[in-house]
Amino acid sequence: MNQTELILIVVFMAVVTYLPRMLPLVLLRDINMPPFLKTCLQFVPYAILGALIFPGALYSTGSIPTAIAGICGSALLAYLRLNLVIVVVGGILCAYLFGYTGT
Amino acid sequence: MDKSETTIKTAVEQCATALADSSEESSTFFQGLKAGLPIAIGYLPIAVAFGLLARSAGLSLFIAVLMSLLVFAGASQFIAVNLIALGTQAWEIVLTTLVINLRHFLMSASLSQRLAVSLAKPWRSLLAFGITDETFTVASLQSQSILRGPFILGLNFIAYASWVLGSGLGVLLAGGLPASLQASMGITLYAMFIGLLVPSLRKGWPVVIVVVAAVVLQSVMNWVPALSALATGWKLVLSASLAAMLGAALYPQGVEN
Repeated sequence: MNQTELILIVVFMAVVTYLPRMLPLVLLRDINMPPFLKTCLQFVPYAILGALIFPGALYSTGSIPTAIAGICGSALLAYLRLNLVIVVVGGILCAYLFGYTGT
Repeated sequence: MDKSETTIKTAVEQCATALADSSEESSTFFQGLKAGLPIAIGYLPIAVAFGLLARSAGLSLFIAVLMSLLVFAGASQFIAVNLIALGTQAWEIVLTTLVINLRHFLMSASLSQRLAVSLAKPWRSLLAFGITDETFTVASLQSQSILRGPFILGLNFIAYASWVLGSGLGVLLAGGLPASLQASMGITLYAMFIGLLVPSLRKGWPVVIVVVAAVVLQSVMNWVPALSALATGWKLVLSASLAAMLGAALYPQGVEN
């Protein structure tokens, strides 16, 4: 792909990313949503996180065993209520060290 | 204790208060910066990983940083770079980005209920640019019912600055890191999602049920041959909205059990 095409992709990505962020915030200013919809919106962050993590995380390192090591490592650290930075770095290290010792 | 240690300690404390219910009113730009500091720290390795990935996909520093400057959306940037590396057609990359980021529509709708009605449209348009999974989560978990514009601006700004700087850093670092470590960094974004999700599971059964439903739906769409042809973003939006609707149907009282 050439540079011009890449710039165009980035610009169009920016437009289609900004619109869903902007439209409700600007247009729904005075609208009161029905209770069912409001409850749905409350659950949305958790549903999105679940669907983002699995099964996508399995394919994130190029090798399923190292990905599982990383997932388990970060889940354990998160379960222990450690800081997010430690969870992230710990997950990377688990995947890296497991791959290092496994091969 | 020197200054940097104090900063890190403040960040850790801030993370704790941002996630728990803080009784202190947060309204200024500076308070927003403080509340966003843990996000900025969390974004840095992810942004570096993005820069590394962009570099390994053959993108220039300019394109990688431009993408972070203009798009500012982690998941879709990672996926877009993967698709670019695979030689996917441009329109398909843009469409995938749109579909992945449709979830921001829901977050923006939710946030629209928390801003003062008097907050003008230009302000709202500016704040909208910085909505991410993480800034949205931290803003939403603030205890006061009305969120102030400068506060959200500060929160978004520090997260944005970290994302853009980290992306550039990642591209520049790319040559120096071993390939096996670069591959392991693919897990970064997921580790962050896991780090955000796992503590939320303690909120009670409604959250657990919704998460399990979303995971099962997403796995079915991924592995059942007839459905796996759907674009990644559609799968995500379908799984998440169905799981959220299931949650709202089973637990009309909402997230708090």
